[in-house]
Amino acid sequence: MSLVDVRDLRVDFGGLRAVDGLSFRLEQGAALALVGESGSGKSTVASALLGLHRGTGARVAGTVEVAGTDVQTASEEELRRLRGGKAAMVFQDPLSSLDPYYAIGDQIAEVYRLHARVSRRAARARAVEVLDRVGIPDAARRSRARPHEFSGGMRQRALIAMALACEPGLLIADEPTTALDVTVQAQVLDLLHTLREETGMGLLLVTHDVGVAAESIDEVLVMQYGRAVEHGPVAGVLGSPAEPYTRELLAAVPRLDAPAKAPAEPEEVVLEASGLRREFGRGKRAVTAVRDVSLTLRRGETLGIVGESGSGKTTLGRMLVGLLEPTAGSLRFEGRAHTGVNPAVQMVFQDPVSSLNPRRSVGESIADPLRARGERDEGRIRRRVGELLERVGLEAAHHDRYPHEFSGGQRQRVGIARALAADPRVIVCDEPVSALDVTTQAHVIDLLGELQRELGLALVFVAHDLAVVRQVSDRVAVMRQGSVIEEGPVGEVYASPRDPYTRQLLAAVPALDPEAAARRRAERRELAAV
Amino acid sequence: MSEALVAVEAAGTDTSVPAASGARQFWRRLRTQRAALVAAVVVALLVLVALAAPLLTAIEGQDPTTYHPSLVDSARGGVPVGSFGGAGADHWLGVEPQTGRDLFARLVYGARVSLGVALAATVVQLVLGVVVGVAAGLGNRWVDLVLTRVADIFVAMPLMIVALALLAIVPAGFPRPVLVALVVGLVSGWGTLAKMVRAQTLTLKQLDYVAAARLSGWGTVRIARRELLPGLAAPVITFAAILVPTNITVEAALSFLGVGVKPPTPSWGQMLTSADVWYQAAPQYLLLPAGALFLTVLALTVLGDGVRTALDPRASSRLRVGTGRRREAS
Amino acid sequence: MTGFGGFVLRRAVGALVTLLVLSVIIYVVFYVTPGNVAQITCGPRCSPAQVQQVAEQLHLNDPLFERYWHFLQGLVAGQDYSTGTAVQHCSAPCLGLSYQSDQQVTALILAKLPVTASLALGAMVLWLIIGVGTGVLSVWRRGRPTERLLTTLTLAGMSTPVFVIGLVLMIVVCGQLELLPFPQYVAFTEDPEQWAWNLLLPWLSLALIESATYARLTRAAMLETLAEDHVRTFRAYGVGERAIIRRHALRGAVAPLIAVNANNIGVLFGGAVLTETLFGLPGIGREMVEAVKVVDLPVVVGMVLVTGFFVVLANAVADVLYAVADRRVVLT
Repeated sequence: MSLVDVRDLRVDFGGLRAVDGLSFRLEQGAALALVGESGSGKSTVASALLGLHRGTGARVAGTVEVAGTDVQTASEEELRRLRGGKAAMVFQDPLSSLDPYYAIGDQIAEVYRLHARVSRRAARARAVEVLDRVGIPDAARRSRARPHEFSGGMRQRALIAMALACEPGLLIADEPTTALDVTVQAQVLDLLHTLREETGMGLLLVTHDVGVAAESIDEVLVMQYGRAVEHGPVAGVLGSPAEPYTRELLAAVPRLDAPAKAPAEPEEVVLEASGLRREFGRGKRAVTAVRDVSLTLRRGETLGIVGESGSGKTTLGRMLVGLLEPTAGSLRFEGRAHTGVNPAVQMVFQDPVSSLNPRRSVGESIADPLRARGERDEGRIRRRVGELLERVGLEAAHHDRYPHEFSGGQRQRVGIARALAADPRVIVCDEPVSALDVTTQAHVIDLLGELQRELGLALVFVAHDLAVVRQVSDRVAVMRQGSVIEEGPVGEVYASPRDPYTRQLLAAVPALDPEAAARRRAERRELAAV
Repeated sequence: MSEALVAVEAAGTDTSVPAASGARQFWRRLRTQRAALVAAVVVALLVLVALAAPLLTAIEGQDPTTYHPSLVDSARGGVPVGSFGGAGADHWLGVEPQTGRDLFARLVYGARVSLGVALAATVVQLVLGVVVGVAAGLGNRWVDLVLTRVADIFVAMPLMIVALALLAIVPAGFPRPVLVALVVGLVSGWGTLAKMVRAQTLTLKQLDYVAAARLSGWGTVRIARRELLPGLAAPVITFAAILVPTNITVEAALSFLGVGVKPPTPSWGQMLTSADVWYQAAPQYLLLPAGALFLTVLALTVLGDGVRTALDPRASSRLRVGTGRRREAS
Repeated sequence: MTGFGGFVLRRAVGALVTLLVLSVIIYVVFYVTPGNVAQITCGPRCSPAQVQQVAEQLHLNDPLFERYWHFLQGLVAGQDYSTGTAVQHCSAPCLGLSYQSDQQVTALILAKLPVTASLALGAMVLWLIIGVGTGVLSVWRRGRPTERLLTTLTLAGMSTPVFVIGLVLMIVVCGQLELLPFPQYVAFTEDPEQWAWNLLLPWLSLALIESATYARLTRAAMLETLAEDHVRTFRAYGVGERAIIRRHALRGAVAPLIAVNANNIGVLFGGAVLTETLFGLPGIGREMVEAVKVVDLPVVVGMVLVTGFFVVLANAVADVLYAVADRRVVLT
């Protein structure tokens, strides 16, 4: 009997079909990844396996059998035994997935006692045991802490511990590493890998990231619009994809082994930062977000800034465009000292939702820099906005539409058009593609590259994704705890990193090729041992 | 304003962006709620009655202040003569005990006072709350500290007690309804509103589109007007929808205590002051103003819920009421 | 736990500052507001000379800051008052002497406090039980007729002024059905049973009205929590609806309940003006109404300040409770 058997699953939300006739099996102890972009219906499938659509208004048809339980026809009691007992789920955002008010150990114990008839004390002991099992140091003491006292990676470990508590036959992980930094992501994936080896449980991994899938599983199922596009062993599907969509998806994934960008000709310096420092708060509670960073940026080149969350890269980006004043240090733009905002230095923001005013048409937003510098002729403004919209791959007729009528990628294009309207010489891109699907991401990166060549722009590309940064940058600066720890031409830094932290970061990047993934895993073990 | 647009990475980017909500969408969402529509009709009728009070009483042929000693039985302490408290063709709802004044006329003129005072007080509260809140949200550390502290004090201000005291010491020359509206508006409601507006302003000004507007080269005033104020409209309207019924209750309570609107101006709360003495002889003297008060506040509350749901569809299932509203009149 | 101690200290200092500013505002507003206090105190038939004399006696002609300074001194250290021939010592915290009766305002308020406290605390117990109970029940039964009924009742409660429901209750229970005598306050120390029976209607009136707010608040907070991700986690682990509501959803309502309850109880301690007036309970609120009618400024200002004190105190206590309930507050 298969561990999971899904036949012709269809899920409708109102008039919207999220899953459309999906079938697959998962054998005992095997691992399958559902891979797809946003809206492909992959998370809906994961919820259907535990019957979580019951009572939500979603219509579910087809057969779903998990660990011998027919989820569609099971009684409430049978479902309760299935959930957590035979199949456990790990969710995406580890902070919001735990109750903020209770100690982590108590939450695990609460779940454990539902499935095992044991005393409160025994349940607590079991909680400590599984927390220890997932690598929480000093588990007995830490089990009394509440979720906000844990770091992101620790929280995800705690959630995995909760899943392990009842020794389920199946672990469903819904984007388990999306909210995590790349090094932490690698640790969590390694943990899942080890646990699977040791307990022999089945794994269903839901992810948008092909690399994450390649790291951890045997089989992959690529989904699009609620249907299966391609299904097979991981090496086959990723190595020689048969379907055009799979090929497109794989081609869009930035990889560390892709050919790097041809280095730009050295030209004159446009932006120069020396000794930039920024503190937040005052007195004893002051935090230094950026300490003594000096950078130069030349015309026509792209400087990549990579770092994990809290490394100070966003703060640095905001200081470069003048949105934040440095606590110390200075900026020179085209040779002149420069403070405050300057239309010639623009920014493209991370979140395509919050970077456009929802109450103003996109044409109005793009026209802002034009109006601000005194342009009054409405006809000329409209023409210029139209040109800009077309330049970024949208239509001039989109002028009067509102942000919510656009997709994430289109909104990011609008944001780029607005930046261009100011005729900038420098654009700082703060995680411009991290909120986008991988294929959209590739298109936006291409657009930025084109604009740079055409207009001779200098770009600063701030991102957490090392592969993306490698793809777009000429030079790269690696940040950690507010400082630049390594800087140099992309080729050099990626091929022979000098700093151990850079090496650690590079080893943590998921590889598309399962063999390479295994190699990296070994490398990580070595680095951790050092 | 250097710290104004701080965005610390560690703070995360979880800022809620208000959904685009044009007036058309608002009406569409409001129309789907039956209770809110009924309430809107009731409120509209009440406003109409209040506006048309002189006309209605002219049709009846009465006015709210003329005494009719002949219509009350002075031997029995002033009970209205006739059944149903003297109701009939001349006096549609009967007359007031003791004075014989026309009850219908006093009721519809009372609606004028009730709604007028409540609306005027709401305007005062909204202006104060928004101005103080935006100033605190945009100002530097010290402006923020002082204004927040002041707002805190007004949140803690015991409205009934302070209003009672204030209304008692102002000399009689001042037009009473205006005074009541001013006192209620100045003492209550705006502190909470100001704190809410401040929080909203702080959230909004951290949004990337405000940063983008700064990069465009616009100044603070223009950014506040174009980018911030429209974002405040929805929460402020929602808050106003809570304030109006509260103010109605407060006005009635003050008049009930005898410090609100003074005779001969009629007011529902004032009519209830002596109603308990007459409930057996003339029950409508108690039931009419109490019913009018109940209906008005109920209609406004239901309408307020509807407005909130229509403005913030995400809250429709949550009904975030009660957090903003304080029952002052106890 | 030095962080927690420091937090409590900061809140205490904050509360003190708030009180001081509040006292300045109230003092200035009341003593500057137009209206001839001396004339009113003396009575309508006093001659200008007599009015002048009263004004002298009450120090109404002294500069304002000087009077406020005296007032503060009295609060902290006590003060002596000459009333005609005798000298009366008013010990700290002295809020001055009543213009009308020459009684000490502090003593006056202390004498009325038990009545108001009885009313407020009893009503609080009732409204918490009724309000939170209704809120939890309406969430537990959501989507069913029970919920509609409860939300309708709650709306009706929100829309009824306390003096209307009090009037109706009194007329029906005491007047028509004669189940209870019209309330007349009996001190708890005198006869606990009579105390309770006589306060039953005032308690009910206050509680029925207030519980509507609490029901809506509880319901809103619980529904908000139920929409959060962590509830999904526990559902996915087979935790039943009952346990989710009891353990997880209700927990999210605790903090807002504490905050609102603190404010309400603070305001009520300063006098449930309407309820006390309606039921003729001799508490702070009714005393206030009486003082207001004769413009007895020291009593009025004293009562407003005492109410402010209770509100600030209750809020400070709520802040600390809140922090205990949700430790993350301390960290921010």
